Amino acid sequence: MAEILERIVTDDEIKTDEYLVNMGPQHPSTHGVLRLLLKLEGEIVHNVEPHVGYIHSGIEKMTEALSYPQIPHLTDRMDYLSSHMNNEAVCLLVENALQVEVPDRVKYIRTIFDELQRLASHQLWWCASGMDLGALTAFFYGLRDREDILDIFEETCGARLTLNYSVPGGVMFDIHPNFQTKVKAFIKKFRTKIPEYDKLLTGNIIFQNRTKGVGVLTKEDAIAFGVTGPTGRASGFSCDVRKHHPYSAYPLVKFEEKLGTDGDSFMRWQLRMDEMRESLNIIEQLIDNIPEGDYAVKMKGVVKLPEGEYYQRVETARGEFGVYVVSDGKKNPYRVKFRSPGFSNLFAINHIAKGWKIADLVAIMATFDLVIPDIDR
Amino acid sequence: MTNEQLIEKLTSAYPAAVVKMGSQYPEITVSFDKLHAFMLDIKTDSQLDFDFLVCESGVDYPVFLQVVYHLESTSLKHFLVVKANTENRETPAIDSVADIWPTAEFHENEIYDLLGIKFNNHPHLRRIFLDENWGFPLRKDYKDDIHVVER
Repeated sequence: MAEILERIVTDDEIKTDEYLVNMGPQHPSTHGVLRLLLKLEGEIVHNVEPHVGYIHSGIEKMTEALSYPQIPHLTDRMDYLSSHMNNEAVCLLVENALQVEVPDRVKYIRTIFDELQRLASHQLWWCASGMDLGALTAFFYGLRDREDILDIFEETCGARLTLNYSVPGGVMFDIHPNFQTKVKAFIKKFRTKIPEYDKLLTGNIIFQNRTKGVGVLTKEDAIAFGVTGPTGRASGFSCDVRKHHPYSAYPLVKFEEKLGTDGDSFMRWQLRMDEMRESLNIIEQLIDNIPEGDYAVKMKGVVKLPEGEYYQRVETARGEFGVYVVSDGKKNPYRVKFRSPGFSNLFAINHIAKGWKIADLVAIMATFDLVIPDIDR
Repeated sequence: MTNEQLIEKLTSAYPAAVVKMGSQYPEITVSFDKLHAFMLDIKTDSQLDFDFLVCESGVDYPVFLQVVYHLESTSLKHFLVVKANTENRETPAIDSVADIWPTAEFHENEIYDLLGIKFNNHPHLRRIFLDENWGFPLRKDYKDDIHVVER
């Protein structure tokens, strides 16, 4: 019996037929309604064809009927884990086009919110991808600590996830009187949590075996496929918009753009962990120095952008988010295009997943940190 | 390269194209039949080196459809907006740049899906969001017969 088995395993002649399997649209590791059509040979992935559009909401078409102050409220619903960054992108575009200078206080508040939301997003990514790889404990740890950030958001904006806080000209209301003390307490607490996360997963040998060397994306490929954000930076592609095209209070803070070298799943993992520490540093530099002043400048009742084309880029938790607006001088935009990071990132998966097993594809997808409404828009 | 230098270089190298300074970035409008050769040029030219296709979008205008490419050079840090107009609105077609920047493949699928621009030599042109017999919703003359709301 053992002889026969050995012959089957070592015989090159025996091959399985290629066959197609749908991964999703309802699959826990796709984090939403994404369908990947896999071409498999046994367990080995030969091709991944993403099928998207299950929750396509037509935001680009809708915005053509809205006025500029109304658009930021819709952008919450794209990448809901980076809702404030999405709001900010549209607000910055309108402010830059009209050459409105917002008060320093607004810049500080926006940057602190950006970084808090990046932390919340990375935390959810951290715990959910732990779950994808079979470590359920991580999920509870992550959600427990993320609660602190959401409470801070709730106190100031009344919302926990889709903040809807930035408006053209400033922010909707001033920060809550408790904001600074709570953020400082949170930073202190969170600094003790990150080593705990590392102990739980990063140093875990099972986890390392599942991610190290899996799904390598080279720097050249990252640029060619337009893979931005922590995923691109893990491959060594220096693409941090906060560093290269600073906006809000980013020119005022000192921070390091973390760059990886390997571009494998473990590097992507480590890079986001490092980014969490860096985010804490950024908040720490700003939180005590929020200048006094107005939290918004008065904008005109009807906002009309001068005729022309505008492009505004910001760094969300997933990568470069861009807004491209064609204005014909009316109160509604002629055309709005959202360049979402997830859309470009998703396409690179086919390139790097070839030859890996299905379980490795899950590890790759987990470390790509996809949010489906961000892809579908 | 600064914006002025970039405009100067492009004007002298491509006299047939229209180069101007946009509201933020230099813009160049290329004829649709020369687009592919032009794109290959600016990608391979070591002085320009546009290796990162940031964004590709389609816009519907009254007499033609337009494809807009936002390009950046990761080594030289300059930014360029390239535009190409289709010949007409009835049978809009333009050359694909997916062989130059692989990311374009997915972006072009989206533009084909929502605006109906056909991309020649595209490796796998398909509708990614909508059904095969759906209209092209981002066109200005698109009418939604099912979900239309009358005031």
